[in-house]
Amino acid sequence: MSTSRKWYTPYVSPNDPCPPLGPISYETPVQLYLGFQPRGMEQFSPFEALTHGTLWPGLFTPYTNPYLSKREELNTDG
Amino acid sequence: MWYYEKKLQYPVRVGICNPRMAKFLIEQYGGADGELAAALRYLNQRYTIPSRVMGLLNDIGTEEFAHLEMIATMVYKLTKDATPEQLKEAGLGEHYVDHGKSIYYHNAAGQNFNMGIQSKGDPIADLYEDIAAEEKARSSYQWIINVSDDPQINDSLGFLREREIVHSQRFREAVELLKEEQSKKRVF
Repeated sequence: MSTSRKWYTPYVSPNDPCPPLGPISYETPVQLYLGFQPRGMEQFSPFEALTHGTLWPGLFTPYTNPYLSKREELNTDG
Repeated sequence: MWYYEKKLQYPVRVGICNPRMAKFLIEQYGGADGELAAALRYLNQRYTIPSRVMGLLNDIGTEEFAHLEMIATMVYKLTKDATPEQLKEAGLGEHYVDHGKSIYYHNAAGQNFNMGIQSKGDPIADLYEDIAAEEKARSSYQWIINVSDDPQINDSLGFLREREIVHSQRFREAVELLKEEQSKKRVF
């Protein structure tokens, strides 16, 4: 299973004017990995599909502000 | 031709009176990677793309206009009850002097929409352009969510962002369809 958010830590110089922000995230949503969508993929109910913006759980890649969730995610991802 | 349905594709609720958000959202209205640019690009490219994927560009181009309407609704709700003084504080003073309360096709920096849409007439070049445009629109939504403190707006923006993901997926599939060797047996 692919992860939809990756992290990297940029170089911190001793001469940087501002305190380092720490790890930087970037998004890698599901369409980068799926290839041609296979037939018969599991579907949401119509109401769930509307609220999620897609009919297929396999295409659903929600987003949260990484600046708010940075600490938790880093802890769970190790 | 088009049929118009008198409702939004997804409900728009604005929970916090923060006209500054309107200034950020206008990027997706009249910005280079915004919904207007997307709609015009796809509905223009569709004529010179192989017929197998013409319908895809037509459908996605049409949906982009539905997104444009959602953004317009957000901007309107955020600005309609603001005083000129509040608009000035929100960084929309220039907008107000130029356009009043009208919504206008320009980006977050106030630059007018300039029709700089990409259309090369080469199917692969155009589809790769479209994939990149969807990923750029997806990131724009992420950046707006990051600066927004309104969970209700973020809910609608999350929907729009997910649609960019689906569109990108479909354009990627369109490339696969056009790449396919014609003598080869199709296996999905």
